[in-house]
Order: sequence, then C-alpha cells, then structure tokens
Amino acid sequence: MIKNISNLGDAAIYCDFGVEVNKKINFEVIKYFKAIKEKNIEGIINLTPSYNKLIVSYDLRVTNFKEIKDKIENLEINEIQKITAKKLEIPVCCDALYSLDMERLEKKLNLSRDKILNNFFNKEYFCYMTGFIAGMPFLGDLDENMKVQRLETPRVKVPKGSVGLTEQFANIYTFESPGGWNIIGNTPLDIFDSSKENDPNLINPGDLVIFKQITLDKYKNYNG
Amino acid sequence: MDNNYFEILRAGINTTFQDKGRNHLFHIGIPFSGAMDNRNFYLANKLVGNKLDLPIIEFAYQGPLFKFYGDKISIAITGDVIFKLKKKDIEIDGNCYESYQLEHGDEIDILSTNKSVYGYLAISGKFDVKFQWGSCSINTKAKIGSNEGKKLAKGQKINISEINPNQNKKKINYLNSRIENIRVIKATNFNYFSEESKNDFFEKKFTVSKLSDRMGMRLEGLKIENVVNTNIKSEGLLKGVIQVPADGNPIIMLSDHGTIGGYPKIGVVASVDYDRLVQITPGSKIKFKEIKLSDAETLFKLYEMETQNLISQI
Repeated sequence: MIKNISNLGDAAIYCDFGVEVNKKINFEVIKYFKAIKEKNIEGIINLTPSYNKLIVSYDLRVTNFKEIKDKIENLEINEIQKITAKKLEIPVCCDALYSLDMERLEKKLNLSRDKILNNFFNKEYFCYMTGFIAGMPFLGDLDENMKVQRLETPRVKVPKGSVGLTEQFANIYTFESPGGWNIIGNTPLDIFDSSKENDPNLINPGDLVIFKQITLDKYKNYNG
Repeated sequence: MDNNYFEILRAGINTTFQDKGRNHLFHIGIPFSGAMDNRNFYLANKLVGNKLDLPIIEFAYQGPLFKFYGDKISIAITGDVIFKLKKKDIEIDGNCYESYQLEHGDEIDILSTNKSVYGYLAISGKFDVKFQWGSCSINTKAKIGSNEGKKLAKGQKINISEINPNQNKKKINYLNSRIENIRVIKATNFNYFSEESKNDFFEKKFTVSKLSDRMGMRLEGLKIENVVNTNIKSEGLLKGVIQVPADGNPIIMLSDHGTIGGYPKIGVVASVDYDRLVQITPGSKIKFKEIKLSDAETLFKLYEMETQNLISQI
C-alpha cells in the first residue's frame, strides 16, 4: 500500500511505499505502476517505479496535483493480478580484461576471487527497477557478505556491458556511461536495443536473472 | 524532393534536432528530451506556418553555418540569437522572431546566442528525420533519436522532405525576459539539510557552473550541508529537480537527465520558470525563491496563456 502521497514539484506525484527495500514492497510498487499504466489516465506522461517509490508525472497544461492524487487514491487495484516475469540467464565474463574492480572487491570484501565469483554466480536475482540510463536493470539481493560501497571517485566511462555491484544490488551498464559501481565482469548480450521500440529492454522490473560465468574465449565468440 | 537540403559548413557546439520530446518511457530509463525552451520551440514553428510541434534545429552558444540548396524556403530563428543571412549580393543581419526566405545558394550563419544558451531554427516544411518512440529528439548520451542520436556534424547534409508553399512573411515583437530568481517548491528531502543550509538555500546566490549541459545544471556557491544522509535509495527524477550530492553543490536536472538518482532532493523548480532557467549562462548568479504548489500552478497557467497569446499573434 502507498504510505504517503505528496507532490514533487508542480507536475508530479510522489508515492511513498516505505523506507525498506524488499521484494514485497517493490511488488506493491510494480502493481500500482501497472494499474495506473493500464488506466491510461489523461495527462499522465510518465511513471517511474523504483525500489520503494513511484513517481507519477503529468502535463500541467492538462491536469493538476489534486486531480491526479484523487485518481490514484481511488484506483482499484486488482489483487489477483499477477506480474508476468521472465527468467533470464545472463552470460558474464570475469576475465581480468573485464573485472575492472576485482582487486578492490577482494580487499573490501575480504574474500578471494574464487569465493566472490562463487557467491555471485548461479543465484536468482530479482529486477527491482530499470533506469538511470536506458534499460539499466537494478538487481538484488546480493549475499550479505558481498555488500560493498560505490567507488570513491566514479569512473568517467564504464564500458558497455559492464556488470557492477553496490550495496545489495547488481546492475548492467547498457551502454558506455559514467558510473561508480564496482565492476565484476562484462556481458556480451545487448541489454538495451533501441531499434526494438516495443520492447527495448531485455530485463524488466519483476524479472528474475541468473548470471552464468563464461570464458574469455566464449565471450569473444558470443553470438546470441 | 531530394534536392532540397542544407549543407553543414560549420556545425556549432551542440546542434541537434528536437521536438516535443518522448513520454511514457521513464520506467525503461529513457528521458523526456525535447526542446529545452518550449516557448521558443513553438514560436519558431508558428513563424514559418508549421504545426507547432514539428522537429526544429536546436543550437547552443555558437550555432551552425548552413548553405541552402533547392527551392525557395522560409526560415525563422527564435531565442536571443545573433545571425546573418548571406545572399548572392548582400549580407543581412537577421532578427529573431521574423521569417526570411532563402533561395538556392543562400547561407545562414548563426554566430551565437546572446547572453542565453539555446536558440531554434525552423523551416517552412519538414526535415527528413527519423522518429524513435514518436520523437526525433536527439539524446547524445543514449544515442537515441534522429541522426543516430549524434549531434549534427560539419560536412553532413540535412535533407528537407517537404516544403510548404505558403511562405508569407511573419513576425512578432517579442523579447525574452531574463530571470535571476528561480521559483522552487520544497522537495521530499528538504529536511535532510541543516537549518542554516535550508536558510542559505533561499537566501544566498549560486553561480551556474561551466559543467552544465542538456542533462543538468551544476551550481557552485555556499555548500548545502546534509545532516541526515547523503544518499537515498535510488528513485525517479524529473526535470527541474534539485539534487544535492555529498559535496554540497546543488545540481538541477534538465531535459536529458538520468531517470533515476540517489542524491537527496532539496527542491523542484516551478514549471513556470523552466524555459527561462535553461537559458541562464554559466557564470551567472541565480537565487532560489520558495513558492507554494497552488501559486506555482496558477503562475504556470498564466505563463501558458501568455505563450498561447504570442502564438495567436503570429
């Protein structure tokens, strides 16, 4: 349930689902996101679901805070509605060429490379949200002993396909971008494809992702 | 149809195709984009007799130099822009908010914006551009939009797919107003900041940094001190949101912003001031002024009425 609704500026509504981050709360966010989207409410121009918040932005020329707030508060949420989730395997190469922050991870986590890879691969992660840059998935949760802070100085350029870790989350850089996450490896898969207008993101909120380790040789010869 | 085009003799600093932007895509990480200064975007199209939301060319600071090949076409430039038209025998100093007719071989030289950032060039007709998610707007970071998501470059041709035969001269008298006081609505993390910083935020002036672009406007000045947490759980962003990272220097999100961010939000710029905010040049001083939601809604309505009124005068 939404705990609090407030305005964010004069053209958006801020729906707060609480302070914690967990699948249950995120499921509520996604449920509201889907319900509002299906309603096609006049004036709404964007919805941004995140871990535990949903921001609804609207065209101030068409509607206003009070109208949209009323509509969200009176929205009928169909409880049996299931979120259709995909299960995806994402190949990741952790050769020294791509695991840019392995040394830092070993030091910060006080774990060997093998232990880190063993903790990271072959587990199911849940996609909480996508964004920041187009198609970037925010996946969780990493094991408790894998939690690490962002880099003190973010990289100006993180290579496309990089898989990063921060706190209890993993993400994938869908194209070259600045960023501060700890890079463990790289995937040869295209996670975002702007030529597919109807479905540009390989991974969507609610999906389940399993990372599979691949060799450098396999990475270089990867073709879907 | 293919014989009407501009040749780019000089591209300018940041010259892109823009239109009304793309919506319903924040949830997959794609920003709104679109013309930074909406009023000047609409006025440019109206001055050449187009539908208001047709793709136009946006430039920043130094603009492009184009040579025109083809049939007669009318053009208009909006913003506060210094430009020349080079015709066969004469060179004309151009006026913004006035349409001009170009003939085969004529050149438009957009020298620079004057104490402002963005200017717009519209043609009486249609540029041959690619649309992605209903918009041609170029987002150079995500490589989305026409021209493969890249800014326009020297030597390229800009094809014109359609020329409108009605090219009556149109003009209006309009002067862009500059603002120093930016009206801001307090945001969700306003109370993360010290009492002193909360006062400073609305009392002291900030300087617009050189590190400003279509994604964001960085500010320098008194550091805003966070007393709660310098990170929040990542959540949605909007244009106009003012985030304060750990270094205490506010950043205002602009049209190409990342869709999600994890810095506390101290305020949001009122929609009424957005068109004028984006035109503030690096080095300028700005001051934030608190405004209530209901006043922001009313002022935006008035601003929109003013825009409609200008449009109807053309």
